[in-house]
Amino acid sequence: MCGIVGLFLKKDDLRPQLGDLLTDMLISMTDRGPDSAGIAIYGDDSQGLKMTIQSDTPDETFAGLEDNLNALLGAPVQVRVVDTHAVLALPEGSEAEVRAYMAEKGIRIMGAGQSMEIFKEVGLPKDVAARFGIRQMGGSHGIGHTRMATESAVTTLGAHPFSTDGDQCLVHNGSLSNHNRVRRELARKGFVPQTQNDTEVAACYISSRLAEGANLGEALEGTLEDLDGFFTFVVGTKNGFGVVRDPIACKPAVMAETDSYVAFGSEYRAFANLPGIENARIWEPEPATVYFWER
Amino acid sequence: MTTMANTQIREDLDIGLQPRTIDMAWTELRDLNSTLQAQTGGEWVIENPRGAHALAVGLQAPLEVTIKGSTGYYCAGMNKEAHVHVTGSVGPGVAENMISGSVTVEGDASQYAGATGHGGLLVIKGNASSRCGISMKGIDIVVHGNIGHMSAFMAQSGNLVVLGDAGDALGDSLYEARLFVRGKVKSLGADCIEKEMRPEHLEILADLLKRAGADADPSEFRRYGSARKLYNFHVDHAGDY
Repeated sequence: MCGIVGLFLKKDDLRPQLGDLLTDMLISMTDRGPDSAGIAIYGDDSQGLKMTIQSDTPDETFAGLEDNLNALLGAPVQVRVVDTHAVLALPEGSEAEVRAYMAEKGIRIMGAGQSMEIFKEVGLPKDVAARFGIRQMGGSHGIGHTRMATESAVTTLGAHPFSTDGDQCLVHNGSLSNHNRVRRELARKGFVPQTQNDTEVAACYISSRLAEGANLGEALEGTLEDLDGFFTFVVGTKNGFGVVRDPIACKPAVMAETDSYVAFGSEYRAFANLPGIENARIWEPEPATVYFWER
Repeated sequence: MTTMANTQIREDLDIGLQPRTIDMAWTELRDLNSTLQAQTGGEWVIENPRGAHALAVGLQAPLEVTIKGSTGYYCAGMNKEAHVHVTGSVGPGVAENMISGSVTVEGDASQYAGATGHGGLLVIKGNASSRCGISMKGIDIVVHGNIGHMSAFMAQSGNLVVLGDAGDALGDSLYEARLFVRGKVKSLGADCIEKEMRPEHLEILADLLKRAGADADPSEFRRYGSARKLYNFHVDHAGDY
């Protein structure tokens, strides 16, 4: 199973409500996967770099982190701790140094970019959303996932969304059958998945294609050629939002569009609280067809 | 156990108004279905479906049910004699295993609409996605829009009418169902071939179009059916599977 939701705002009026709307959408999909839940939300652009990190022992790990990073970088760093996660505001150009620091300290990096923050944990959507205060977050677009694990461990790192490059994230309903071969090919190109999870391979695949110069549509098109298995993917980039389903298309998907937003749900139930849904255009995305929106 | 919602439904019934309204904003799914299944007839309106699954299933009497909005999985499944009308779109498995009666959807239908149906009429006024009419066993299905891939897979009996286009592998491993398509067929499945449209077929089609409220000329359709090569295994046909 697994449940996916996504919301891409075409106008600014709903921006303050983005987290609230996404939370309702994600909670409505709880029946589709109780193992872990996560959300990627694209908020206001920061001046420098945003990095979301995670620790199972946040009190110890995040104590003194701001001072240590200030000293390391010789520039002001802000650390906003949210439950097991912390969002860092870092100076531009410091990513490699900070990544090395996190690796040394054994701190997990959930994602990084100018506008994206990622929060994911083991547990039900309502609990995960409450722990991270998702309802209070605003932004331009966001993607959520609730997982029923099938092929790798139920852990924080096995939760979706997966982010494998700046401001990029991917969620998946399905299972891939050629991920080990693709994993080796991607590793050779420098995109090394951090987990044994099949979905992370798909995220790395999209990142590698975007890095090679493909646009979001071309990268999604590539999944139909190069990935084998069942999938409905929803992908976020700094300015974009994309959807693709495999040619068999047995994993459910429904979309809604109004003048204000584009929404994705594994089921129509996810849309029930969206404003203006009664007059939205509702359709099922076609198999082996790429849909994407960019602002 | 009597829930508050169940009590409310009973109070509404006592007033004897037609149509009777059940609001899913405060009604439990099982209360809805057990209430409808206990009826011998009457007009019913279901409000606020909000994409819920398994609405109005297992009805066994000539009720007139209108669902105002869009539903989730398995709407109006196992229907017998009732007439269910959905004003929005439906999720996977609408009118699965219908015996008789009718189900009409104003919007689109997701996967396997009308699967395994033995009888009755399913009308989709929008598009139906993949596997429409899979393993149909006597149901009539009329889709005003397009249908997706693998529709009428292993269909045994009944009629599938499509005013728009059909996706890949239409009628794969078909038995004796009749498939009528007005638009383009992306590809035919194994053992499905185009067949001659004879007067009796035009008559069946005209009747179905009329009953489905479809304004279309039967002569614009093509008929597809089984080549009957795969009924029994024959080594000469091994390559057709």
